[in-house]
Amino acid sequence: MSTPSSPYVHTAGSVTTVMLRVIYALLPGIAAYVWFFGWGVAVNIVFAVVVALVCEAGMLALRGRPLKPFLLDGSAAVTAVLLALALPSLAPWWMTLIGTAFAIIIAKQLYGGLGFNPFNPAMIGYVVLLISFPREMTLWLAPEMVSGHSMGETMSTNPIFGHLGGKGWEWINGLFLLGGLWLIYKKVISWHIPVTVLGSLALMAAVYFLIDRDLYASPLFHLFSGAAILGAFFIATDPVTASTTPRGRLYYGAGIGVFTYIIRTWGGYPDGIAFAVLLMNMAAPMIDYYTRPRVFGHKD
Amino acid sequence: MKQKLWRFPGGLHLAGHKSESTSVPVTKARLPNRLVLPLQQHIGEPAKPLVAPGDRVLKGQMIAAASGYVSVPLHAPTSGTVIEIAEYPIPHPSGLSAPCIVIESDGTDKWCERRPLAHYQTLEPSALRNVLREAGIVGLGGAGFPTFIKLNPGPDRKVDTLILNGAECEPYITCDDMLMRERADEIVAGLAIMRHALQAAHCIIGIEDNKPDACAAIAQALRKVGMIDMRVMQVPTRYPAGGEKQLIQVLTGKEVPSNGLPIHIGIVCHNVATAAAVYRAIMHGEPLIARYVTITSAGTGAGVHAPRNLEVLFGTPMRELIEQCSGALTPGFQTIMGGPMMGFAVHDTAAPVIKTTHCVLVTQQATTAPALPCIRCGACVEACPASLLPQQLYWHARAKEFDKTQDYNLFDCIECGACAAVCPSNIPLVQYYRYAKGEIWTREREKQKADVARQRHEFRLARLAQEKADREARHAEKKAALALKQAQQEEKIH
Repeated sequence: MSTPSSPYVHTAGSVTTVMLRVIYALLPGIAAYVWFFGWGVAVNIVFAVVVALVCEAGMLALRGRPLKPFLLDGSAAVTAVLLALALPSLAPWWMTLIGTAFAIIIAKQLYGGLGFNPFNPAMIGYVVLLISFPREMTLWLAPEMVSGHSMGETMSTNPIFGHLGGKGWEWINGLFLLGGLWLIYKKVISWHIPVTVLGSLALMAAVYFLIDRDLYASPLFHLFSGAAILGAFFIATDPVTASTTPRGRLYYGAGIGVFTYIIRTWGGYPDGIAFAVLLMNMAAPMIDYYTRPRVFGHKD
Repeated sequence: MKQKLWRFPGGLHLAGHKSESTSVPVTKARLPNRLVLPLQQHIGEPAKPLVAPGDRVLKGQMIAAASGYVSVPLHAPTSGTVIEIAEYPIPHPSGLSAPCIVIESDGTDKWCERRPLAHYQTLEPSALRNVLREAGIVGLGGAGFPTFIKLNPGPDRKVDTLILNGAECEPYITCDDMLMRERADEIVAGLAIMRHALQAAHCIIGIEDNKPDACAAIAQALRKVGMIDMRVMQVPTRYPAGGEKQLIQVLTGKEVPSNGLPIHIGIVCHNVATAAAVYRAIMHGEPLIARYVTITSAGTGAGVHAPRNLEVLFGTPMRELIEQCSGALTPGFQTIMGGPMMGFAVHDTAAPVIKTTHCVLVTQQATTAPALPCIRCGACVEACPASLLPQQLYWHARAKEFDKTQDYNLFDCIECGACAAVCPSNIPLVQYYRYAKGEIWTREREKQKADVARQRHEFRLARLAQEKADREARHAEKKAALALKQAQQEEKIH
């Protein structure tokens, strides 16, 4: 098929390139995850990807859409990897199945598939599980608890662990941070959302930390624990559901940071990234509408 | 001295592919046997033929006259015989045919009488503009707007800066580059004439910094004639720096207002090749009958093996030029008039070179992947030089919500193609914008028609109502008179 009209050059990669780069950027953090917590998360990721692709293929077939371009675009795989990373690494297989299937079938395909889902599918899957199975969803391991894992003892005694976030997590999150910076360097994502998510989260934390050091955790703890970094670079930046104007992305990211802090500190859930992202997904169209850039040749 | 430059939003760094066609000097293309000259090679009304089949014409002789204000005449590019005035394929995205004058060349290339004007300074600007109009000069940068109109600032407007556009930002195209290298003197002389016509205070020649030879040639030409008040300025190579609005912003920091013209902010912008054409028209009495054209190819494989620039007479079939540059058209290749960013595929390579043809580009027919849905990544927003939101324009154009596309300032889109070039979903964005613009224009025309019809209808209803009221009034009057009469009679009886 020839391009019917200009331009006849195409300089960018494809959606597949974008999605693959997101997965590459996650690999160092995943490797550290496996190193500290064992193979559970890797099994979860592979299983989730398989479930996601099967669900995607089934839904595409039911909707009468071509399979090949949409299965190869990589978006279902990214959703699956992010959801698997959000689950406790020893989550039972049926939870991964339910979460992934819900994310792909309900949150993505029923809304029209790639590009048309208003909410981040991975976070919808996560929230469904969190609300339905709160006990299983909060069974997080400490490295020492992984039986036969050689890292356990080292980490409980070595002073380079456990200062910023949970034990081991500061290293995993540090590598997610590196991957995220690489995504910015590769222009897969822009700096606006990660910087404002983490910035507003740190600012909120700093204010309350200064008010009462005993009651509130430090900003560094907030940044390096839980899903803050993963969320800021990989989840909040999901282009389909985020704000799309440069200025809107600043408000969008700041909103996620503030909501995350509020939910973490005063809410009923240990981490607030998922709810914060979904809340701001809802606000994204309105933010976009009110943050249109000044068009060339128009007065302010 | 380093001049301050500004920046336009967005833009792209594209591979230039300029060196392929700049290694050999420009030569004249072979004289074709038959020249096909479309009556419309400019923006505005088509020219009206002054010749009939069988007429002998000389090179440079006017063969079609301007019709209306926004129009220019057409001249015979060589001597020969008019054999036909009929519809032929023209270089146009539609692939349609249009009326053309066909001349069979006699091979002598004999000029008509030329009347140079050595002392243009003694002429009034209006007289100068008239000479340029009669010479058929239009903007050679691609749009083809009659030059004499752009040289007329109007009675109460002063021109602060006259800009010559030598940016040539599209990949592959090098005709302006070669013209600046080889005919810098003519460009500078043309600029002086244009300045006289406009009475402009300042002159700037803007050239992208990937053309150092052209820049040096222009600078030397300026020194030679002692034009110290004309400046050459190198602008960073970034597509679309050669867009009129973008170049003006980079050089002056001013934004051409939306729906406005450069003249509204005291600026006039012309292409370098137009300046050279102005020089030839004034100082040599030569109308616009030829131009530099880049013949090149993109991609690997066949195409044009000896890419170069040729000086081409208008009316020369593109096919002959491709053959002269050791090119062949094999299946799977397409010919594009213009560059890869803003050009369009020519359906029939028998179509001639016209005044707005700056490049004949042979490319492999792209085997692009099918478009995926927009993932709203915003790459297009970063690339857009007009600070538009291309993804929103696309969304609304696709949904046929044309009011919304106008809310998002569709008509500020210059169709540079930067958004589509960076789209990871491979969406032909510009095509959607062209479609939306076309639909809006059609609807506006229809609305105007409907408005006229509605006004007529309302007028008719009003007239009928008036007639009825008049009738009733007369009726009532009669009735009243009758009643009075009856009453009087009854009075008499009693």
